Amino acid sequence: MVDQAVDTPPTLKSRAAEWAALPVRGVMRLLDWPMRLAQRIVGLGGMPYVFLLPNLIFFGTFVITPLIINFAFSLTGGPNLFIEDRPYVGGEQYGYLFDCENALNVSTCREDRFWRGIYNTGTFVFFQVSLMILFSLVTALVLNMRIKARGFFRSVFFFPVLLSPVVVALIWKWILLRDGLLNAFLMGSGIVDEPMLFFVQPFWAMFWAIFVSIWAHMGFYTLIILAGLQAIPQDLYEAAQMDGTPRLRVFWRITLPLLWPNLLVVLVLSLIKGVQTFDEVYVLTGGGPGTATQFIVQYIYNTGFSNQVQNFGLAAAASMVLGIVLLVLTIAQLVVARRKGGV
Amino acid sequence: MASVVRFLTRRRGGTRWHWTDVAAYAYLGLGILLMFGPVAWLVLSSFKTQAGLLEFPPTFLPLSQVEVTVDGYDDPLPLFSVTTEDGTVRELAQIRRVGIIAQMVDPADPETRIDVPIADREPVREFSLATENYTKPLEQFDFLRYLRNSIIVTTVATAITLIINSMAAYGLSIYEFRGRTVALGFVISTLMIPITVILVPTYLVVTELGMVNSLWGVILPGAATPTGVFLLRQYMLTIPRELIEAARMDKASEWQIYWRIVMPLSLPALAVLAIFSVMWRWNEFLWPLVVLARSEVYTLQVGLNAFQGELQVQWHFVLAMTVVTLLPVVVVFAFLQRFITTGIANTGMK
Repeated sequence: MVDQAVDTPPTLKSRAAEWAALPVRGVMRLLDWPMRLAQRIVGLGGMPYVFLLPNLIFFGTFVITPLIINFAFSLTGGPNLFIEDRPYVGGEQYGYLFDCENALNVSTCREDRFWRGIYNTGTFVFFQVSLMILFSLVTALVLNMRIKARGFFRSVFFFPVLLSPVVVALIWKWILLRDGLLNAFLMGSGIVDEPMLFFVQPFWAMFWAIFVSIWAHMGFYTLIILAGLQAIPQDLYEAAQMDGTPRLRVFWRITLPLLWPNLLVVLVLSLIKGVQTFDEVYVLTGGGPGTATQFIVQYIYNTGFSNQVQNFGLAAAASMVLGIVLLVLTIAQLVVARRKGGV
Repeated sequence: MASVVRFLTRRRGGTRWHWTDVAAYAYLGLGILLMFGPVAWLVLSSFKTQAGLLEFPPTFLPLSQVEVTVDGYDDPLPLFSVTTEDGTVRELAQIRRVGIIAQMVDPADPETRIDVPIADREPVREFSLATENYTKPLEQFDFLRYLRNSIIVTTVATAITLIINSMAAYGLSIYEFRGRTVALGFVISTLMIPITVILVPTYLVVTELGMVNSLWGVILPGAATPTGVFLLRQYMLTIPRELIEAARMDKASEWQIYWRIVMPLSLPALAVLAIFSVMWRWNEFLWPLVVLARSEVYTLQVGLNAFQGELQVQWHFVLAMTVVTLLPVVVVFAFLQRFITTGIANTGMK
């Protein structure tokens, strides 16, 4: 018996793992000599810096430098990309963005597309975040019950998270077309007589943008809430059951208060993501009809890269505004996370 | 029968069914329909012919009209089932259509032509998969190249991410050194700066480096992920120090300790990061859209978007290519879903 086990040839899996490890081993061997040399030069005390260096070079080049340039960009004008060709204009870009006779009426602003982007994003985020948290909570509660095939059902709600935004948008666009499945269903069941043109009416375009976004992302938040639910001590529920407490009261008195920190984290996370929504809606509606579903990130993209006249300065100024909003939200997240850790 | 129902509804612990249990299963059923339905519809539709897609109301399965070869006609003729005046139903092949009259012929008797009003005929159809939806775009359009570009970006970027992130995590977890807090803070701060905020200047940096319209322009900017550094660092902190001290006693170089000891021990965390990196890179859209302006460097996502945005949207191709784009993700998820869900639940990253 023992001999047999020793003699068994390597399984397909282990052989595949060996093959996959080969290039890794090659790269590591290749780097062995220069890293030894580095250690001889800087000594043991200098090695942490050597290990950190590649990552920090990447951060410096592609995150920190751009952040500084972004500020410089927003203070300059003209159509040129290279910063040395751009004249300094001070706060003109910001002045242009915020030039409104009446901030509540978008049409009175000089750059009304920017303000429309902000109002659209606001509307979108309000409904998307609130409804998504509601559905995620309900789904997590259901998945936390004693149900059969829990793992399967969890995957059912989760898998859209991994789909690319382009794929998500195309899946739904195909369903929502004039001759699509939904119209066939609505007309077949006699709810409407004429096919609905979902991407022509602003209300429906926004509705489906919100719906599709919730469809794609709620699995992620469901998972976080579910983790929070499973962290609630089980004996609390057992005690409540012994006392014969109704389930609804158990929810209000035990589940919700103990889940609250988790829900706050979910709220802030989804706000941060929601404000930056671009991909799905861009592919689904293209920002239309007109500018009805054009959000702030699409405004930045259009202004900087897609319009006939590329206005990098204005795009940079708008992204500074977005950056400040995100900074506020991130600080809120840190505060919430700290409070959660403390409780 | 009653005992069967009792058996099926029996539950552990002997508690009875509460109305919330019923509601829960109803909710889950609706969930399956709403979550799987659209994807299933996409896959079914992707196998329909162009003509099949134009049908309204759409058919559930991909069907196509049966065609028969009839003696005396070069091309195969479409087959219809015809209700004749005396009420019998015959299967006839259509030669041509003139106004509201179709000239038809019985395949068994090719000599006699029969004129039939078009209202009296129904196409005979069979289940068939239009696989040319898949083969054509891969051959005639650039989709094979997009696919190749996506694979290159995903694998190279994931390899770079794994190496430099694990090196940084090693530096931050194994050593006590001056500036560690500063370096850690530096990494944290980059977590707060998403690409949407620094779109224009990152484009400038990439232009200065001559990487516009090259796959490197897509690969490099996102290679150093703060989430990756964190995940790996937290994991490496749990590796016992004695192991590293012992290796140093044996005159192992720091690099050897890193890749011979720490890396193999961090394999679970590396696996999670690898899976996530593959997902991020495969699905990435906004940044490639900005950097890649020429179609020969498009990734699948950008190519797919360009293809669906054309004036005459060829949905039969778009749908098939959407399935191709979605397939790797589904495969990865099917095999590694345990890693993914626990990874998210533990780190809160996406």
